[in-house]
Amino acid sequence: MGAIRKRKYEEGAGNLYISRKRAMKKLQLTLKDFRKLCILKGVYPREPKRRKAAQHGKGGIQTLYAKKDILFLGADPMIWDMRKLKPHFKKMAKAKGRRDFRELRALARRHPKIDIDHVIKERYPSFIDAMKDLDDCLSLLFLFAQFPSIPGVPHKFPHEAQKLITQFLLLVIEARALRRVFVSIKGYYFQVELRGQLVTWIVPHQFGFVPTVKRNVDFKVMSHFVELYITLLGFVNFRLYQQHNLIYPPRLSNFTYGGNTRKGTEAKGTEYQALPDRIASLNEPLRKSRFTVPEEEQPLDSFLLSDNPDEAARMQKELERTNKLKTLFNGLKIFVNREVPREPVVLCIRALGGEVSWDKVLFAGATFNEDDETITHQIVDRPSMDKQYISRYYVQPQWVFDSVNAAQLLPVERYLLGVVLPPHLSPFFDPTRDQRYKPPEELEIFGSQSEEGSQGAKVAEKKASEDEESSEEDEEENEDEDEKDSEEESEEEAEEPKEDDIDEDLPEEEKQRLAKKKKMAVKKGTIAKEEPVKPELEAREDEYLRSRLVRNKHKRLFNSMMEGRKKRMKEVKLLTNKRAQLEAEAAAAKKEEKRQRKKAAAVLQA
Amino acid sequence: MAPKKVGTKRKAEKPSEETKTNVVTAQNGDDEHEEVDLLQTFSDNDSSDAEGDDQDSDDSDGYVQQIGSDAGSGDESEEDESDEVDSEDDGTEDEGDSEDSGEDEEESEIDGSEVEGGDEGDVSELEWESDDAMNDFLERLPAKLKNALEASLEARKTSKPVKEQGSKSDTQNKTATDKSIVSKNLKKKSKNEKVDTKKSSVKEKVESGSEDAKKKDEGTKSDVKETEESDIFKDIERRRLDPSTEYESGDTSDEEDIRNTVGNVPMNWYDEYPHIGYDWDGKPILRPKRGDSIDQFLKRMEDPNFFRTVRDPQTGQDVVLSEADVELIKRIQSGQIPDAAFDDEAPWVEYFTSEVMQTPISNIPPSKKSFLPSKHEADKVSYFVSLLKARKMKTKMQRAIENAKKRRKKFYMIWGMDDNTVEPMRRIHNNLTAPKRLLPGHNESYNPPAEYLFNEQEMKQWNLHEDNFRKRKLHFLPQKYNSLREVPAWDRYVRERFLRCMDLYMAPRGVKDRLLIEAEDLIPKLPSPRDLQPFPTTMSMVYEGHTDMVRTITVDGKGQFMISGSDDMTIKVWEVSTGRCMRTINVGGIVRSVCWCPNQALSLVAVAADRKLLLINPGVGDNLVVAKTDSLLKELPEDTTMVPERVKAAIQWEQATSEEWATGIRVVMNHFKEIKQVTWHGRGDYFATVMPEGENRSVIIHQLSKRRSQIPFSRSRGLVQCALFHPIRPMLFVATQKHVRVYDLVKQVMAKKLMTYAKWISSMAIHPGGDNLLVGTYDKKIMWFDLDLSTNPYKTLRVHYTAVRGVAIHKRYPLFASASDDKYVVVSHGMVYNDLNKNPLIVPLKRLQYHESYDDFGIFDVVFHPTQPWVFSAGADKTIRLCT
Repeated sequence: MGAIRKRKYEEGAGNLYISRKRAMKKLQLTLKDFRKLCILKGVYPREPKRRKAAQHGKGGIQTLYAKKDILFLGADPMIWDMRKLKPHFKKMAKAKGRRDFRELRALARRHPKIDIDHVIKERYPSFIDAMKDLDDCLSLLFLFAQFPSIPGVPHKFPHEAQKLITQFLLLVIEARALRRVFVSIKGYYFQVELRGQLVTWIVPHQFGFVPTVKRNVDFKVMSHFVELYITLLGFVNFRLYQQHNLIYPPRLSNFTYGGNTRKGTEAKGTEYQALPDRIASLNEPLRKSRFTVPEEEQPLDSFLLSDNPDEAARMQKELERTNKLKTLFNGLKIFVNREVPREPVVLCIRALGGEVSWDKVLFAGATFNEDDETITHQIVDRPSMDKQYISRYYVQPQWVFDSVNAAQLLPVERYLLGVVLPPHLSPFFDPTRDQRYKPPEELEIFGSQSEEGSQGAKVAEKKASEDEESSEEDEEENEDEDEKDSEEESEEEAEEPKEDDIDEDLPEEEKQRLAKKKKMAVKKGTIAKEEPVKPELEAREDEYLRSRLVRNKHKRLFNSMMEGRKKRMKEVKLLTNKRAQLEAEAAAAKKEEKRQRKKAAAVLQA
Repeated sequence: MAPKKVGTKRKAEKPSEETKTNVVTAQNGDDEHEEVDLLQTFSDNDSSDAEGDDQDSDDSDGYVQQIGSDAGSGDESEEDESDEVDSEDDGTEDEGDSEDSGEDEEESEIDGSEVEGGDEGDVSELEWESDDAMNDFLERLPAKLKNALEASLEARKTSKPVKEQGSKSDTQNKTATDKSIVSKNLKKKSKNEKVDTKKSSVKEKVESGSEDAKKKDEGTKSDVKETEESDIFKDIERRRLDPSTEYESGDTSDEEDIRNTVGNVPMNWYDEYPHIGYDWDGKPILRPKRGDSIDQFLKRMEDPNFFRTVRDPQTGQDVVLSEADVELIKRIQSGQIPDAAFDDEAPWVEYFTSEVMQTPISNIPPSKKSFLPSKHEADKVSYFVSLLKARKMKTKMQRAIENAKKRRKKFYMIWGMDDNTVEPMRRIHNNLTAPKRLLPGHNESYNPPAEYLFNEQEMKQWNLHEDNFRKRKLHFLPQKYNSLREVPAWDRYVRERFLRCMDLYMAPRGVKDRLLIEAEDLIPKLPSPRDLQPFPTTMSMVYEGHTDMVRTITVDGKGQFMISGSDDMTIKVWEVSTGRCMRTINVGGIVRSVCWCPNQALSLVAVAADRKLLLINPGVGDNLVVAKTDSLLKELPEDTTMVPERVKAAIQWEQATSEEWATGIRVVMNHFKEIKQVTWHGRGDYFATVMPEGENRSVIIHQLSKRRSQIPFSRSRGLVQCALFHPIRPMLFVATQKHVRVYDLVKQVMAKKLMTYAKWISSMAIHPGGDNLLVGTYDKKIMWFDLDLSTNPYKTLRVHYTAVRGVAIHKRYPLFASASDDKYVVVSHGMVYNDLNKNPLIVPLKRLQYHESYDDFGIFDVVFHPTQPWVFSAGADKTIRLCT
């Protein structure tokens, strides 16, 4: 008896992976069903360590799945539900062909329902895992909540998405969980902190639904994801509501059919109908559950446990910021003008303790009117207003967002009605990373958050004060530099005799002694100035020679690292130069303007 | 038109026997001739009208006349009758000739004229009767109805031929299927009417005709008209009583000529043509001319019959509706049964008997089941009762709500109360969570600082890579909006979300190690050069004077003088401290190597010039030493041993001639090949020359005191590049192209073979301790060998860009230097410790670039000052430079 022949690819990488084609054959599924199953179950292709062996020696790049994953897929009961669908649709088609509508109706009632609750538990073993995957979930649901009915997307999805995200936002408000906001050209980014996890999502700018070109987007794939995410967010909402002692599902007054007028709403078409309601419900308080679950103690001193002192300091800082943020808009009554995109503004204000309202006639859910004298701020986004109340500030919406990011109410002067706004910066930068361009405004707004901490703030303050002064100084300088030079000289001259004056008060002997001393005195040496370029050059030379000592093993890695660094530094340099140039241009323009003004004044006087 | 019509009739349908017999039976024999005559006149009348009109049928008079002649019995029916008569005529006359027809025409002309007069009167009378009401009604008549009327007219015409061919009873049904419902009804009604009127008129005619046929011929149509109405009822009555008389009135022959043969097609197909169809001969029927709107208006104003004039789409002719037609329409409009004669209150006729039979038809006894109450029903009732009792009975609505509730998605506590608890269950194998998307930076802001916006150059780059998005710096164009309200929707939003979805489900995931270290961490930790001073940092002296490349230099043991050898066939003696050229000695060949004798008691330099090795006394320094050297070299030692032939052939010792002596040359040694290198032993008695082309005699060792030479190797080991004596032990290092061999001169064996892994060794230098060797190669490397450690290089430095031509190790300081064609001299720290456990410390310190390149050559040789941390370098730019 000969030994059992070993076949190739029966063990090792060849046996770990399976191509998509073979997987589909094994599961006896069509591509469509397989795709849906993969999306729902979260099975994805793998990158093998040895691709050639994994592909059984075939060239090219195949989509490879882990064999175990495919076996796992095969064990799912959903697969049977999917298999039931085909005969069901056949039956329906038959009944339709026969015009047997009773049968058709009965079949529609018996439509096989695919339950994916167990998938949520499989994919997200713990609640924290689910929270970690909430970014994509929220982003996609916020998009779908905007959609009208589209071919390939079940019509209930937008509605469901709408409902769930409203619940989620309400919870964010209740938990005061908002941490950062950013208005990008793509949409609004929000970052919240729930159960110690940072969840960031993006909401598109509210505009009419623009149908995407079909070849660009496959809505079927997206709708599978939406199906999963709707289920996920439902369970997450339930859990979060429970933990915040709230009743789930929250009962909200239905503004669409309620007493409030909807005649004036600009919203037209299905995609918008729900939005005003969503915003209106953000203004409602939630009902607390009667059963009070003891509030879990926040691990406040966890940062003390961490070994890294930097990390601990950072955590401490973050905690302080959060505490400040939670009561940021407390006691403020803010009215939102109709031209302002309400959802982001209302969410920010409500989630950080403020009171907010809007035009009662146009949108439902308003709590106070524009003529309320207790309003402290009014958010406007127009160049001017006819009727203004003295008792309140008229600020642009960016004030709200920048204040949230700065974790303090910023002075309103730079955000007033019709004023050119300061730049809006992203709060999502990584303070630990260097080799990136830091615009000066970053220090101003995020001074306390950036690595330098209070130092940065001081610098910013200094800078601000300098800015004010510098304009005046500039003026003087520009007018007559020579004069100033002469002044300086004269000052110096003036100082010297002063000393002499003091001397004169002393007795004669002393004077003589001093004079003698002066003659004998060792003169103060002058520090030889080093040529600024030279040490730099030397350092570079030195660096070069050292870099030659990197081991051959690491040489490639080292080179690539240096390359990346070079690239980043190049970008930083480019931006710095651009900034300098822009500032110079602005200064020149200012000067020119001043000169012109002066000239005009002179002409007028004459 | 008339003859044509007749002709077509004949061609198209030969009057069948059936119709004939029918007619005969219908008329039942009484006053047959009379009727025939009468009918003939009608037909003639008709034909004459047509003739009178000629082709131009625009004139409505013809129709008026026709109606008049019809006496209110529908022009179609009249025509039918005439046709019938025609056929009858044909039958009787046996396919009558054209002459006959001509006669007929003549007759008819007369008749026609007679009839005309009567007609006019008739019409006027009719109008008089119903003028006001009718006008009123037709004005109110909507266009729809008018169309319907037209349709009915058309239907009537088209239905005729069918009728002729098929059996009469079927015709109505057949035509009915083709038409719309309205037109169908209309047609049916008109049909009935028509039949009635026809019958009545015929009856009337028959009755009256029997008495006074002649009178009729003269045109007493008014009588007919008057009697008609009253006769209708009688007629119906009679027909009801006797169904067999239904068709006797001549309805059998209500065949009708079709003037247009296009068939049942939409007439608007002919809108573009001057004709509206084809007659039986296949000739086009021209579209009758219609007046303009003024004509229409005038007609409307003037024509009393305008209100009941409709156009026949088949012929394009205007048709004036008869009184009966108008009546019919009125009835339809008022919602009455169109047939005025229909009695809707007639007594019920029982077709099946209602009496119960005494005996059953079948003999099967009824089942028991049929007597018993239903069990199923009882069950259901009891169920309902139980539901009612339990108050669980629900309405349909309640049930629907309940079902909807059931169908609604329910959420529950799927995870335990603890955030981090994990329930063990089958999951994805070795799950790798997808990385999150990168968060946006400042440049994505709607209002970024101005420097983030693209300038012209960046914009150009952006546009350049329009097809290849990956090459772009960013995936979006930074933009600045002055206020939030100006921000538009981002057009790639949905696409971006979709791509993320695709990534989540299609992108292969794998674990990739990511380094968290900085680039600096990869550099070995070494002391700073500042801590390793002194070492040469700047150039302090340039020795200029040679006229060609300086290939080699050497410094005397005290560091006072330096000798250089150049391609200009001279050697120059320099004073190191001043840079002054003390002497220039022409050696008559390219100087490849010079080497100062390390013996301090001698003032002697070995100079390799082409094939000669010259021992020169430069005559500088201590005069005593110089004089002693001269005296020593003057007298030749006693030659006691025999020189082997092999050595003799390779080298001959010669005492310098007096001329040479004057220039400083003391001894000349003629070699058989070009000498590349000469090197002294530490004591200053032995020295070796290297001739790469000498094969097995490429290395020759000479002894100065005995003036003899020996060839240590009997076998060639490759191209020998250079040779070196061990500073302490009797050892010789010989570098071939790729290896360095270490020979023990006492034992006469090879002690070691050092592997350089280089392609071509250029130079060697040995540490004064003798345990470390420095090797420079043409492939840019410098290798440090620790001879105690290994035969492999301890450290390889790649600090040069091009070939390394010279290396040197300082005798006192822990320094070594290398010179290369890239014009750099690299000075490094090379510390050797006495502790054997400690490896040498090697730190590159400084790159000195002062030479200029010449013809791709940079620096040829580098030498350290024996006592100071200074370095000399000999360059291809004809200079020697000193760095301190």
